[in-house]
Amino acid sequence: MKKLRRKVYMVAGYNTVSMGTGRKEFNPKKERPGLEEYIREAGQGTLKMIGGAQNVDECAIGNFMGSRFNKQANMAAFFPFIDEGLRGKPAIRVEGACATGALALMTGIKSILAETAEVVLVIGVEVQNTVKAIYGADILAGAGWYKDRKEGHAYFFPGQFSDRAGAYYEKYGREKTRRAFARWYRNAIENARLCPTAQEYHNSTKDLEAVAMMEPNGRSFVDHLNVFDCSKVSDGASSIAVVSEEGLKRTGIPKDQAIEVIGFGQVAEDLTKKPIEQTELSTSKLAVKKALESAGITIDQVGTAEIHDCFTIAGVLAVEAMGLAEPGKGADYILEGNTARDGKFPINTTGGLIGWGHPTGATGVHQAVTILEQLTGKAGDAQIKLPADRPYGLTVNMGGNDKTLVSVVYHRG
Amino acid sequence: MNYEERMQNVAVLGAAGKMGSGILLLTALEMADLSLKPEGKGKKYVINAIDVSDEALQGLMKYLRAQVLKAAEKKIVALRSVYKDHPALIENADIIDQYVHDVIGLVMPSTHLASALGSNLVFEAIKEDPELKVKIFSYINENNKNQPWFFTNTSSIPIGELDEKAKLGGRIIGFHFYNPPAVQKLVELIPSKNTLKEVSEFAQAYAKNLRKVLVPSNDVAGFIGNGHFMRDILYATGEVEKLQKEFGFVESVYAMNRISQDYLIRPMGIFQLIDYVGIDVCSYILSVMQSYMKQEPLHCPLLDQLLALGVKGGQFSDGSQKDGILKYEKGKVVGIYDPGKKAYRVIEEFKAKVDEKLGAMPAVQPWKSIVGNPGKEDILKAYFKEIGDAKSPGAVMTKAYALKSREIGVGLVSSGVAFSEKDVNTVLLTGFFHAYGPVNDYLN
Repeated sequence: MKKLRRKVYMVAGYNTVSMGTGRKEFNPKKERPGLEEYIREAGQGTLKMIGGAQNVDECAIGNFMGSRFNKQANMAAFFPFIDEGLRGKPAIRVEGACATGALALMTGIKSILAETAEVVLVIGVEVQNTVKAIYGADILAGAGWYKDRKEGHAYFFPGQFSDRAGAYYEKYGREKTRRAFARWYRNAIENARLCPTAQEYHNSTKDLEAVAMMEPNGRSFVDHLNVFDCSKVSDGASSIAVVSEEGLKRTGIPKDQAIEVIGFGQVAEDLTKKPIEQTELSTSKLAVKKALESAGITIDQVGTAEIHDCFTIAGVLAVEAMGLAEPGKGADYILEGNTARDGKFPINTTGGLIGWGHPTGATGVHQAVTILEQLTGKAGDAQIKLPADRPYGLTVNMGGNDKTLVSVVYHRG
Repeated sequence: MNYEERMQNVAVLGAAGKMGSGILLLTALEMADLSLKPEGKGKKYVINAIDVSDEALQGLMKYLRAQVLKAAEKKIVALRSVYKDHPALIENADIIDQYVHDVIGLVMPSTHLASALGSNLVFEAIKEDPELKVKIFSYINENNKNQPWFFTNTSSIPIGELDEKAKLGGRIIGFHFYNPPAVQKLVELIPSKNTLKEVSEFAQAYAKNLRKVLVPSNDVAGFIGNGHFMRDILYATGEVEKLQKEFGFVESVYAMNRISQDYLIRPMGIFQLIDYVGIDVCSYILSVMQSYMKQEPLHCPLLDQLLALGVKGGQFSDGSQKDGILKYEKGKVVGIYDPGKKAYRVIEEFKAKVDEKLGAMPAVQPWKSIVGNPGKEDILKAYFKEIGDAKSPGAVMTKAYALKSREIGVGLVSSGVAFSEKDVNTVLLTGFFHAYGPVNDYLN
């Protein structure tokens, strides 16, 4: 890939709470904030840090299925609702299933590179607790090919990843893999407990690995995964500003409070095709490879990553796709403690999708916010220390069953 | 006639009542499952929902729709494969809608008893009135050519007597659901000595398909569940009689309710349970039992006194609790009826005083934390050891209450109502959600 024609930074990250079961204040029977309120809270959070709406040139919002969860489309027009100062500015809404957030970031990055903007306000949002999980499964199934829905499981995506888990058990051993899933869950929750906006922030279960070892039950759910192997239903929004060097100056944010986009890989795979290999996330692998190549680094120089663990199996497979472990050894890598916050390669340090939450359209932006916080020393209780020889942060945001992928490499500005 | 054929035309009498609506729901779901099997294709299934008023039946249909929807959402994994050959049903929402439509389509609401004349199986959940039951059974039996089988939900009337008086030739069995039938796992099965073997076998197959826990009971009025519950009421109200001279009436009711709930680690206090079932229902069951057991006094003056004052308990149609002996606010007990003053008295006014008289209660987790606790056996042993050793009035009353409950349980076996102490315990554990069976050795 060509070298980026100018420097691109991200600053001023903001996350709303990831709301849903697990949060003490969540009550499914009571009225809750609507889509527009999440958008406004996140947007205003970022605007406040960058000196207000007058500093913004363009806006991009990522949302996956608001048209069904909230009966709402045309979301670009919510920007002026965030702040009147955004009236009359260019705005766009993008969608790519669960990779929506990162596509919104890419939209911002490309505006900076295209030199149409110096400051782009980027928001990701999803409000999913408007329907019961069983109907939400129908809506989220839109991340797959619609013609596969009839044959699919009632819980469509858990079903897809259950098949991957089943294949992995068969090829590499079930017992070890289930233990790795349980460890993944424990790491996710323990990290989430350090982040006040995380959905699992209030989780007080003592023996997390023991509960996560619950046998999957195919009669009520899917064959190879239990509920602890899955990210939850979340409402939330995340926001960040994508800026040029000029944008940094304009917003008055010092470079060391920013992260720089060093490289990225954005790829798509045929939605109508079944996975080539159930035990491999081949599109994720390609996206990470492109991101690392464009950044001119290797995975050994990366100190932490935010990866797309919509399911524990996706976490294990992503570890392998990033090249941290050989095929079949991802489970061992996790069980050895490498991905824990005190391990060799801390992953998902604020809980990831399983621990922090998975408001689908917001997740990609949330990943960038976490990397921004970690690389600039703003992660609070969740702060980790990056080794000097591995200063890079990596994100992997996946749409559907390994179909739309964005991976980004960051460095402190 | 095999199982499926018998299930093709069913009638539920008293279908809009609390028990009837649950029986209708469960049976309609079972029939829908049969009709949706590949071998059920093309066969007609009908369930006649019979009750006295159109209004009640309309309410029933509303309840049914909501409950079937819930059931469909719960078993969506299985339903997707049931409807796999219907290309237009793609999303869960499509399939759930279709299933609700299919189940509701089996139900024929009617206010005419004649609607049961084509049925092979008749569930009866009407008023606990032996004469009325006999009259209706006789009418259906004489006019229905299918030699129908009768499943009665009576909780107290001997089956043999209904059989004999309605001339059913052994085609009747007691199939006693617990309230609410859709939730409670327990069913008491009461064959009379003349009940046909094939009726019993069918009942067992049906219960199994409904995933119920079946406990056999002998055909003695009250059976196991009410056999225990009614005597439990008599004991508690008897204690109130004694206690009130010293404590006062409302204070004694409070004390016994607290002893039977908190101290005995039960889901509800005895007086709350009476209200839940209905004071009128309890009183009626006692009178039915009394008519068959002349030697044992089964009469409760307190319940009669309350009924005379118009205090009835029971539930509103949305399932919330009506005021009875106790007064409720948002499901919480806040007052106790004082027959002398003909008014409720606020518990907060005398609670502290009575609690003080009962003395310190040995520390134990509430029922909610114990009932599903895998280590409950040890917790209960340790707790009752403490109760046994303690000298406080509360502990002494608890001990006496627990021993009485045990005595009632043992009595049900020795008098031939229950086949085993284990069956008695199963009924109290599953039908009454107790955390432990009454026949135990915790206090020995």
